[in-house]
Order: sequence, then structure tokens, then C-alpha cells
Amino acid sequence: MALARIDLPPEARRGELVEVRIVIQHPMETGFRRAPQGERVPRNAIHSLVCRYSGIEVFRATLSTGIAANPFLRFFLRATESAELDFWWLDDDEVQGTAKTHLVVSS
Amino acid sequence: MRKYLILAALITCAAEAQNRSGLEFASEEIRRLQASDAENPGMLWVDQGAKLFAQKCASCHASMKGVATRYPAVEDGRIVTLEAKVRHKEAFAYESDELLALTAFIGNQSRGMPIQTKISERDLEKGRAAYYQRRGQMNLACAHCHEQNWGKHLGAETLSQGQPNGYPAYRLEWQKMGSLERRIRACMFGLHAELPAYGSDAMLELELFLVWRANGLPIETPAVRR
Repeated sequence: MALARIDLPPEARRGELVEVRIVIQHPMETGFRRAPQGERVPRNAIHSLVCRYSGIEVFRATLSTGIAANPFLRFFLRATESAELDFWWLDDDEVQGTAKTHLVVSS
Repeated sequence: MRKYLILAALITCAAEAQNRSGLEFASEEIRRLQASDAENPGMLWVDQGAKLFAQKCASCHASMKGVATRYPAVEDGRIVTLEAKVRHKEAFAYESDELLALTAFIGNQSRGMPIQTKISERDLEKGRAAYYQRRGQMNLACAHCHEQNWGKHLGAETLSQGQPNGYPAYRLEWQKMGSLERRIRACMFGLHAELPAYGSDAMLELELFLVWRANGLPIETPAVRR
């Protein structure tokens, strides 16, 4: 189940820098762990993540197995208009995840 | 008479003041992680639990505020944990994301409220005996670390009092949410002792004693622990 929590300030002024925080539920398997019976747990980590703000890409991250499970990311963007903030990510099992939220900008 | 009552009250206060949440023994970073709902990874399970609760439980149950402060309890002579209570309709597997999500959601409803279990001395007997029972190749009882030596160091770790008020909690070692039963098994593993099975009598008795011992501590679910 793709589950994520996005945190934004409730409202931003136009031109303001906004802090965006996201936690994504994902095991980020390294591929080096073994299950109790000794079989190898296959690698499965989120490798790409993109954030679009009103359809325009504003943030992109390349992740790998060095990152802990349930990765937490934080970045800043400049608020220009009230619009959708769209996250998209892809893991090694080719499973896509999405999450979105609305950024409210007052002028 | 009044003098004795005040004295008794003072002694109770002193005993309760000695209860310290595991949070107090955690590092600054972990405390920050737990304090922020935006960063605490345990909140993912709480969210999932809220969805599951709306789907599966909300037709009978309204608010769950305060419920977690009363469990585990003894009902009809049997020890009932919050996990067992959640499983009464649909037997989710122990440590499954569904069960953890629901218990985390219900626990979270009581966050900040003090644990208030009312358990008779007779029901506590077995759990207390287990708590003071030496076990495993290490030949240690729970009390050796968590009662006699808390605050001191075991390797790089600070020994906590082993208080259960944050469970289910997100443990960095597990990289996910886990129940109090899993945490107890982790301790037993460290002692090279036999691991009590999930939901077994031995586990329930110990759990009951641990939670009774934490009476008065605020619930922190979802806590973050090392």
C-alpha cells in the first residue's frame, strides 16, 4: 500500500519560501538482509522521486539503499500560486506511488 | 488518621514520580523525531489505522479516546490486551501492518492521557513472578536491568525502566512499527532465553504486570525508540 504523509504550512504568502516535508511508507530493502530461514530478501528501494507544483517539476531526488526505511525528505519551494503539489515515486519492483496535496497561497 | 493518609499519599507520589518514560532515556534526535507528527514515521501507521477503523470498526465504535489507558485488562478471568480486543472480529496476524495500524490509531487517540489500569493483586501475581524470574543463558531477570540499574549504561545504550507507555512504537532497529510483545521478545532474545509466543499466557501475564507498573505515565503512541 502506497502511503505517505505530506506536511505543508496551512497557508503561504505569494513569494514566500515554503517548507515541504514528506514521509513515505516503504521498507527500502537493501538486498543484503536475510529472512529467518536464510533466504535472501531481494533489494527493493525507492530509486526516483519527483515533485510537481501545478504540473511543473520543482524537485527530484535519486534515492538508494543507503537510506533508512520510511524515507523522510524535506525541501523548500517558492510559493507562486494556489495549486496542487504532486509527488510520484518508483521503486525497484517497478511499483509506483503517488501522493498529492494542495498548497494555498494568498496574495 | 489524617497524618497517615497524607503520608500514604506522599509515598504514592514518590513511587509514581520514579516512573520515567523511555523517552527520557532517548537521544535528542529521537525525541525530536517523536515530537513532530510530520516527521514521526509511526504516524504512517496511525493514518493507515484511521482508514481501517473507518472501514471496519466505525459502524459499531465511535471515539476510542481513553480506551488505550485501560488495557491490558482482566475480563472474565482472562487477560485481554488491546491487540486481542482488536482481533475479536477479524483475526489479523500478530505484527501485521493492519493490526499495528489499528492499535497505533487507538493508542494515539489517548496520547497524553495517563495509563490507568486497575488490576487486582491476585491477577498480577504471575506477571510479577515472571518479572523477577532469572532466565536465559544470561541468567538475568527483567528487574536486574529495568529496576535496579536503569539510567546506567549497557554498552552504548542507556538502560531505560522498560516502560510500555509508547507502544506500539516505531523502533529504529526494526525500521517499522512493532508491538510491546515484539519488544518483550527482543529483550528475551538478548538474554538468550526462550521467546514467549505472541498472545501466550506467559506473554500476557508479563505484559499485564508491565503496564500496571507504568500506571500514571502518559501514553505516547506512536513513540519512537532506538
